[in-house]
Amino acid sequence: MSVVPTLLSVEGLTKSYGGVHAVRGVSFELRAGEILALIGPNGAGKSTCFDMLNGQNIPDSGRIRVLGAETTGKKPRVIWRMGVGRTFQIAATFPTMTVRENVQVALVSHGARLFNMWASTARQARDEAGRLLDLVGMGAYAERPCGELAYGDVKRLELAIALANQPKLLLMDEPTAGMAPRERVELMRLTARIAREQSIGVLFTEHDMDVVFEHADRILVLNRGTLIAEGSPEEVRGNAQVRAIYLGEGLLYDARHREGASA
Amino acid sequence: MAFYVVQFLTGLASAASLFLVASGLSIIFGVTRIVNFAHGAFYMLGAYVAFTLTERFSGAFGFWGGIVIAALVVAVIGVLVEMVLLRRIYHSPELFQLLATFGLTLMVEDLVVLIWGPDDLVGRRAPGFKGAIDFFGQNIPSYDLFLIALGPVVLGVLWLLFQRTRWGVLVRAATQDRDMVAALGVNQKWLFTSVFALGVFLAALGGALQIPRDAVNHAMDLRVIVEVFVVVVIGGLGSIIGAFVAAVLVSELNAFGILIFPKISIILVFLVMAVVLIVRPWGLFGKPEAPARRTPGLTVNPWRPLTTNERLAAIAVLVVAAALPFVAGNYVLTVGSEIAIFVIFAVSLHFLMSVGGLASFGHAAYFGLGAYGVALLSKMAGLPMIACLLLGPLLGLLGAAVFGFFAVQLSGVYFAMLTLAFAQIVWSIAFQWVSVTGGDNGILGVWPEKWAASPSHFYWLSLGIAALAVVILRIIVFSPFGFALRATRDSPLRGEAIGINGKRIQWTAFVIAGTVAGLAGALFAYLKGSVFPDNMGISLSVDALVMVLLGGVETVSGAVVGAIVYKALNIWLVSQTDLSKLVLGGFVVLIVVAFPKGIVGTLEAFMHRRRKSSSSASSPLLTSRIESAE
Repeated sequence: MSVVPTLLSVEGLTKSYGGVHAVRGVSFELRAGEILALIGPNGAGKSTCFDMLNGQNIPDSGRIRVLGAETTGKKPRVIWRMGVGRTFQIAATFPTMTVRENVQVALVSHGARLFNMWASTARQARDEAGRLLDLVGMGAYAERPCGELAYGDVKRLELAIALANQPKLLLMDEPTAGMAPRERVELMRLTARIAREQSIGVLFTEHDMDVVFEHADRILVLNRGTLIAEGSPEEVRGNAQVRAIYLGEGLLYDARHREGASA
Repeated sequence: MAFYVVQFLTGLASAASLFLVASGLSIIFGVTRIVNFAHGAFYMLGAYVAFTLTERFSGAFGFWGGIVIAALVVAVIGVLVEMVLLRRIYHSPELFQLLATFGLTLMVEDLVVLIWGPDDLVGRRAPGFKGAIDFFGQNIPSYDLFLIALGPVVLGVLWLLFQRTRWGVLVRAATQDRDMVAALGVNQKWLFTSVFALGVFLAALGGALQIPRDAVNHAMDLRVIVEVFVVVVIGGLGSIIGAFVAAVLVSELNAFGILIFPKISIILVFLVMAVVLIVRPWGLFGKPEAPARRTPGLTVNPWRPLTTNERLAAIAVLVVAAALPFVAGNYVLTVGSEIAIFVIFAVSLHFLMSVGGLASFGHAAYFGLGAYGVALLSKMAGLPMIACLLLGPLLGLLGAAVFGFFAVQLSGVYFAMLTLAFAQIVWSIAFQWVSVTGGDNGILGVWPEKWAASPSHFYWLSLGIAALAVVILRIIVFSPFGFALRATRDSPLRGEAIGINGKRIQWTAFVIAGTVAGLAGALFAYLKGSVFPDNMGISLSVDALVMVLLGGVETVSGAVVGAIVYKALNIWLVSQTDLSKLVLGGFVVLIVVAFPKGIVGTLEAFMHRRRKSSSSASSPLLTSRIESAE
């Protein structure tokens, strides 16, 4: 394990609003190629934590480093340029552009050519955009207006946009929210495959425990702003405190997981 | 010392009216999310109706009764407007709501002149408050003291209304979440109507109470609406306390600003507003608005560059236009030059509005700055025409760089209000700084040199520059910069998440649009041979908005068609009727309600439907789902 470099390191992350401690002293690490899930009941501080990682919220104290470089308190666009891609809970894309143009904008931005006022965007990084779209299975939709896509396809497109800067780290906020069951499985399998192939670290929050237990290498459990458990899916599932607070009793996840593993 | 105290009290008295109007605007915005540009018009109507009533009924009862009845009468007019017009556009994009209420303002301006005549009307003094109170040798009108007391009283009444009545609770609930209030079974239609009535009542009361202090005239609507916009931007839109504090602040700044900068006192207010915007962009007492998820557009037709055939057609049209001097007389050519100049102006605003999603309500400022730039360079520095044409627009660039920096910190209605306020500031500088700009008399004798002097030569020059401006802006639209600008418009969140510095992109776009508008203004100065403050006036800004809207706000270059049609219509209309504002305002309202896609947008939608229906049978994308990614 020690050969794989630490991609993301979070130390003592803390944020409070007035007297409410939304996040208290959260520390964890994420290695390249690893898929880490952040779970917990509503109000546990998942979103606050996530927003501090992606630059939308500034922590009161604590440090966030990506590949050794400090990202604490930096703007989202700066963090993106440091190699962090992200997707939103409600997919954010550019609805008046075609699918290909959506990816082209991200590629042009990655190439730092945003202030070019003369060239034709249509010719910029056209093939590269096509490759990214093929990767997420959207190649056939390249010339369609993004605003006409079904939601599951918008999510795939968003993944392609998030991959445009060849990220080392992918932050996904409830990646399967609002999707049909089959689409969820497909999107997460796709994400997992890309992450392994390109050894991208993935941190995601999620409420669907099927998705979490099938895809996460490791799980962090947050409750009232503090980490109460951390470990492999088996360890977390066996943790009495986590069961009491969040998962509940029952054999549902065990059964599903065994099924998935044997299949 | 006594003098400063009196000055302070005068400021407080002015604040009362301003607070009434601003609180009305804030209340309406809080619930309906409409920024009522027509609020100044209701203020003015309040003053006019109160003038008539107080002249008609004598005595103290007649006066005070007249004031209140006037406000009620105008509130009823407001209810009619809400039911007939606003109910149709509650779900339209912000821009359309702003434009519709602006169209209303234009109509009211002409109607007021039609009913009450063009002259200033001086009303009665208030019974019981006719005298003045001596304060260490300085006079304070006792009516001012009455107004000073009235402000906090109205604030208290409003507070009680919102905290202690069932209706107030509903209004506060609707301000937070109107959908939830509707889901709870509250009749939203009448809630909106009653809120609008209250807001209009306050505006009209503010106007009516001005009678003993100021002459009633038909320009008071725009003067007050600019001040009110400044007040709500400083205080925070939707906050009544904010409206009160900011009204006092702005009035005091005006009262003391006159002592510091006698000529351009408005600068002081501008500086304070700029500071507030940097520190708290949502105003002192406002709350930051959640970023709107709605895209500005009505359709999702992706833009594409012209095909080869379309390019040839455009060149053919240009060649035909260039042949005009061989068949037409001097008058037609002068009109043609003016239309070409307005094409430049309209496409510059179109670039900002359609591509950038930033609807400027004060774009004429940069047009006017370009015109003044040329006039000053040619009259004072005596530079040759070519140099003036190249350097004059730089004044527009400079203005856009300064104002644009602040304006792009905001979006939506705040952006519209701020750009309007900036334009008014530029206008008042041109109007008041007589030693440099000539004030109302303008700068005369800005004539083109010999090579461009004949109507046909000037026409070719204007046409050439217009064609160049359209082509260059189109190239920018399809360049990476244009895409970054559209990306920021479509989803600021996603734009930021892929490394786009949205504010800087928008600022650059603002500067580009301002410079191109300045170029149009520079040509306009040579066409007319003179420049006046009206070259940066509000009506010119509205002209530009209407041209963009008429062409189609969602098209790539619809403004070209919009400018040609509108300007030709406008020149014809002005020669036909004295009530051009009434017709124009009605026209604006009609487009917004019945024709929101504009000429080019409607054509495009029609073509798109035809293409789609002919190809849908063979398109595999629409019939079969793509296979899974695995």
